[in-house]
Amino acid sequence: MYVAVKGGERAIDNAHAWLAEERRGDPTVPELSIAQIREQLALAVNRVMAEGSLYDPDLAALAIKQSRGDMIEAIFLIRAYRTTLPRLGHSEPVNTDAMTCDRRISATFKDAPGGQVLGPTFDYTHRLLDFKLAADGETPEPPVAEPRDEETPHISGFLGREGLIQDEIQSDETPRDLTREPLELPASRALRLQALSRGDEGFILGMAYSTQRGYGRNHPFVGELRIGTVAVEMDIPELGFAIEIGEMTLTECETVNQFTGSKTEPPQFTRGYGLVFGQSERKAISMALVDRALRWKELGEDDAGVPAQDEEFVLYHSDNIQATGFLEHIKLPHYVDFQSELELIRRLRKEAAAGRQAQEAAE
Amino acid sequence: MRAETLSGGFDDAPVDAAHAFRAAMSVMACPGRIEQIAGATPPPPLSVAAGTLILTLCDPETPLHLAKGHDTPEIRDWITFHTGAPFVARSKAMFALGDWAALLPLADYPIGTPEYPDRSTTLIVEVEALSARGATLRGPGIEDTATLSLPEVAALQANAAQFPLGLDFFFTAGAQIAALPRTTTLEAS
Amino acid sequence: MNAYNFAYLDEQTKRMIRRAILKGLAIPGYQVPFASREMPMPYGWGTGGVQVTAATLTPDDTFKVIDQGADDTTNAVSIRKFFERTAGVATTEDTGKATIIQTRHRIPETPLTEGQILVYQVPIPEPLRFLEPSEVETRKMHSLEEYGLMHVKLYEDISKHGAIATSYAYPVKVEDRYVMDPSPIPKFDNPKLSNCPAIQLFGAGREQRIYALPPYTRVVSLDFEDHPFDPSKADHCCDLCGSGESYLDEVIVDDDGGRMFVCSDTDYCRARRAAGHMGAQGVPYEEGAA
Repeated sequence: MYVAVKGGERAIDNAHAWLAEERRGDPTVPELSIAQIREQLALAVNRVMAEGSLYDPDLAALAIKQSRGDMIEAIFLIRAYRTTLPRLGHSEPVNTDAMTCDRRISATFKDAPGGQVLGPTFDYTHRLLDFKLAADGETPEPPVAEPRDEETPHISGFLGREGLIQDEIQSDETPRDLTREPLELPASRALRLQALSRGDEGFILGMAYSTQRGYGRNHPFVGELRIGTVAVEMDIPELGFAIEIGEMTLTECETVNQFTGSKTEPPQFTRGYGLVFGQSERKAISMALVDRALRWKELGEDDAGVPAQDEEFVLYHSDNIQATGFLEHIKLPHYVDFQSELELIRRLRKEAAAGRQAQEAAE
Repeated sequence: MRAETLSGGFDDAPVDAAHAFRAAMSVMACPGRIEQIAGATPPPPLSVAAGTLILTLCDPETPLHLAKGHDTPEIRDWITFHTGAPFVARSKAMFALGDWAALLPLADYPIGTPEYPDRSTTLIVEVEALSARGATLRGPGIEDTATLSLPEVAALQANAAQFPLGLDFFFTAGAQIAALPRTTTLEAS
Repeated sequence: MNAYNFAYLDEQTKRMIRRAILKGLAIPGYQVPFASREMPMPYGWGTGGVQVTAATLTPDDTFKVIDQGADDTTNAVSIRKFFERTAGVATTEDTGKATIIQTRHRIPETPLTEGQILVYQVPIPEPLRFLEPSEVETRKMHSLEEYGLMHVKLYEDISKHGAIATSYAYPVKVEDRYVMDPSPIPKFDNPKLSNCPAIQLFGAGREQRIYALPPYTRVVSLDFEDHPFDPSKADHCCDLCGSGESYLDEVIVDDDGGRMFVCSDTDYCRARRAAGHMGAQGVPYEEGAA
């Protein structure tokens, strides 16, 4: 006798219990604290904040713990949480000129006011496994210098003063909000940058890399990469002025790109721009390259027909929460659709076989 | 600020709005149907039905036009306090509210674009009374025909002729609501 | 779950969805863009349907969820539980008793009635998407009513296979205007879309689209005079309840590849068996048994 499959609810509960047990792992090993993740896996926390579009290191750390280190799952948790939050107001645009920089480098000038500050970078580490870390993670006191009091000027400002780099269009218009309005094409640059900033790091990296390899080549130099903290200010209508409500760490990248000029414009450099929550420099540089590639129309460049120039392609496929959900949904039952395909194939094969027999009989 | 401004909202917003929306959806899906809708106590001359509909559908993201007769400080304050909807001219309105005569001419309101026909104004028309006596209605949502009292037929026929572009209408009287989407074709009684 | 609002979504989000539903009903078959939110379940798993349901539910509703026609498939269970927890609504498996039914891939066999709402989960709302990947282009095609490409594709099928090789998500034309994707229901279900007394709402979360069919809307499956639309199904009866009218799932029952066919609509099958119908491999129905 056939008994139809039942018990979906119990199966789900059991799966959740098993998942919780696996997440914890061997109970004789001490449990991770949120503070440990926040402090010692800070770059993972940064990525979750950036792609989750929510600046909260503790929640990001919790999401990483809950997701067993699956970054996209952690980003998903943060996104779903973020959606339900009420909107109390909007901050003023952050001023990255006033950033307190931990790191600031330029690949275009050997030196500039503010200097080249390497900061906490992997760049010149030799990628040798440090077996000492396996036993003991304590570090010696690092050397300390006096912080700079004055602002660190943007490198692009020096090019701008000479008119060598294209001015960005200034606007006081409130940009549309990707998280509150459906994406509409063609998208403004502000909207594209929003999408890139929360887009999947791997996807944006791949797109950026493709432009370097010739799929929409635009000759980027890292004009400047800076990482540090900026003040977040909010205008309080009752007070009539903006007050500082906190600070956040950001990574900003401006690329300087070749531009040959046109009939109406003398030759000038152009820029690509990347701005990402936390210390996320691979993402910020990638973002700047893709931003620049997407600007081809506005800059009067040729449509090379490459993926990184196709705004619809980039914007519709950069969101890893959308992508992973749709990809993984094919695990769900599709009995009904498959059954209809099965019947169609059987029928077409039967008809084809009958046709062949009829033909053979006729010959 | 007047006390009436602060009062007259939903007692239990999520549940009141859910019931009100179901009534609004039901009448928009079935032109000619008349439903009861309540929850708001707006300042006059705004009807309970129109006030409830505004609380259910409007917020800071929905530009609203108030036609003459409904553009009073009391109504403005009440809508601002409870919804935050910005007041705009007809050409920018997502919703428009008023008596039929005050809302005319219909040509002033956006009817959507061929690529986005949904970007058209929804008019909330306050009428004296609603009844099933009047023009004959045909179209989606109607099994065979329906009848509904309407303030005018010709202008609404012209609106339907623009389909898929066009305006959509709610009619409100007291606590009653009915609707007429652009898909409904009309025949005067 | 008190930290969350009734039916999970905040009121502003619900208003935005409600406005989209109303425009959808006013322009049957047209895809209204909406600012879909991240839901606590993945995109592609019914987030569009869940958002439409959340914006439509009242505490008085009786809610049913089916996936592949069945009430007890894991994703149906998960969505039903979500609304039990966040909206406190009554739930049922009985199609006739439900006021709102959220579905993935099926229309119930039991005819729907006035006052019911059927909410479809839609993965790819654009019927032209597999012919033209660009959203900018397909939007233009809808605005110009330029559906020739779809007919060409269907006709190519006929010339190649002798039949239209689309067996689910079979495109329809609504009120002689918009070509619409009915979601991946088998084409067997297509005739139920037309002239249906219930309100039909379609939600595509990831693709940020909502569309709708008011009751008694004319919905025609695309076809050709010499190749009329054929809503075929497996040429069997249900082995449990004996129905020859219902859409069937094929189940492999032994290592030798033995097959049996059972109703995909579990509530329909249960009700028939409870009424004494029995299929070739069925056993007398017992309350509470499978």
